[in-house]
Amino acid sequence: METLKQVLGYIGHNMPYILGLARQHLMLVGIAVGLAVLIGVPLGMMIIRFRTLATGVLGFATVLLTIPAIALFGLMIPVFSMIGQGIGAVPAISAAFLYSLLPIVRSTYTALTDISPGVREAGLGIGLSSWQRLRWVELPLAVPVIFSGIRTAVILNISVMAIASIIGAGGLGTLILHGISQSDIRMLLTGAVMVSLLAIGMDWVLLQLQGVLTPKGIRK
Amino acid sequence: MHKRTLFTNTAIGAALLVGALIMVGYGFGPAVLRHYRGDLIYLGLRHGYLVAVSMGLALAVGLPCGVVLSRPSQRRSAEYWMRIFTIGNTVPPMAVLALAMVLVGIGDTPAIIALFLASLLPIVRNVYAGLTGLPPLLLDTADAMGMSARQRLWRVELPNALPVILSGVRIALAINVGTAPLAFLIGASSYGELIFPGIYLNNNVTLLLGAIATAFLALTLDQLVAGIGRLMSPSGIA
Repeated sequence: METLKQVLGYIGHNMPYILGLARQHLMLVGIAVGLAVLIGVPLGMMIIRFRTLATGVLGFATVLLTIPAIALFGLMIPVFSMIGQGIGAVPAISAAFLYSLLPIVRSTYTALTDISPGVREAGLGIGLSSWQRLRWVELPLAVPVIFSGIRTAVILNISVMAIASIIGAGGLGTLILHGISQSDIRMLLTGAVMVSLLAIGMDWVLLQLQGVLTPKGIRK
Repeated sequence: MHKRTLFTNTAIGAALLVGALIMVGYGFGPAVLRHYRGDLIYLGLRHGYLVAVSMGLALAVGLPCGVVLSRPSQRRSAEYWMRIFTIGNTVPPMAVLALAMVLVGIGDTPAIIALFLASLLPIVRNVYAGLTGLPPLLLDTADAMGMSARQRLWRVELPNALPVILSGVRIALAINVGTAPLAFLIGASSYGELIFPGIYLNNNVTLLLGAIATAFLALTLDQLVAGIGRLMSPSGIA
């Protein structure tokens, strides 16, 4: 009870700082996932046309996801320090970007391959060109599935970014790190609870958004 | 299936090659490896210990939990529990580690508790999903053959749900091996003991050794579980 009071007092006194860290956290995740969408969705569409690439790209991305975040940071620091960006936001965003690729590429790929041939033929039957079919038939049907991949990537990266504070990228992990090194339970609890709430909250928001983006015809 | 395995192996080979190239690029050959051999072996054992104990506990608790939740008598409360587990699953491992430190303090025990919690949920979720997602026809067939509930579970349900369960174990293992280095922060030793000082002291050699060793451990254990899965899966299931 006493601890709770202390934590609430700490949050009350440091509100702007904590919110700033949360915003920074979301911004880093947003940039990484945004880049991954820009590259991953076209990549997912492309590997459908070139099936041999698909197993390679998906296999590579799966292996990449097995490599722990802290190890990936460790591998990136020496590489990025060649251009003077060894620690900070650049390696953090790069790692988060790589982690986002698999969920996004895979969901795009499965969404587009799972479209029933009947629907495809119907598009062909009413005389749509292949671009029109992609734009008006295939993509709208694929959007919910692609979006669920994006949601996975965002949640994954909120937890990767919590680790990225170790390499100086900032974000809510900073509170946890400082809390550990200063043995400050208030910071530790605030950081842990805030980052968990951020993940749970974003998951909920994105789930609602996914519902909105689902075309009316295929809503359950 | 074979094609995918081949590509996965190629990808792992490529990842190891890149690791080796980076190592050579930073000018460390056999001499450096010899120098750090003691550390690598000791920390590897410590890392393995944390992973083995927490993963063992997670399996011992998670598998029965998933099975119990999937039983028809529990269906109603299961929906409710799974919703809580799904929310719990989004909690970042770093936060779990911090909470374990608040509750238990520092050392091996809080680290093992945190790793256990972080890997428990994917296991329970996948056991549940694997068992409840089976085609009803399969279950009806088992019933029609006169199998008891226990026989049906062991001979029909679990073998058929194995691929889904196994992918949950692999997810849990990846989270577990990847979070174990962070246990350095709360005073348990693992390969994090090479990575963190490497970052703090700007020592690329220990940093890379720790990172590559962790990645190697993660990939090896993942392939090991996948291999065990291939051996265990009944020939009838693709």
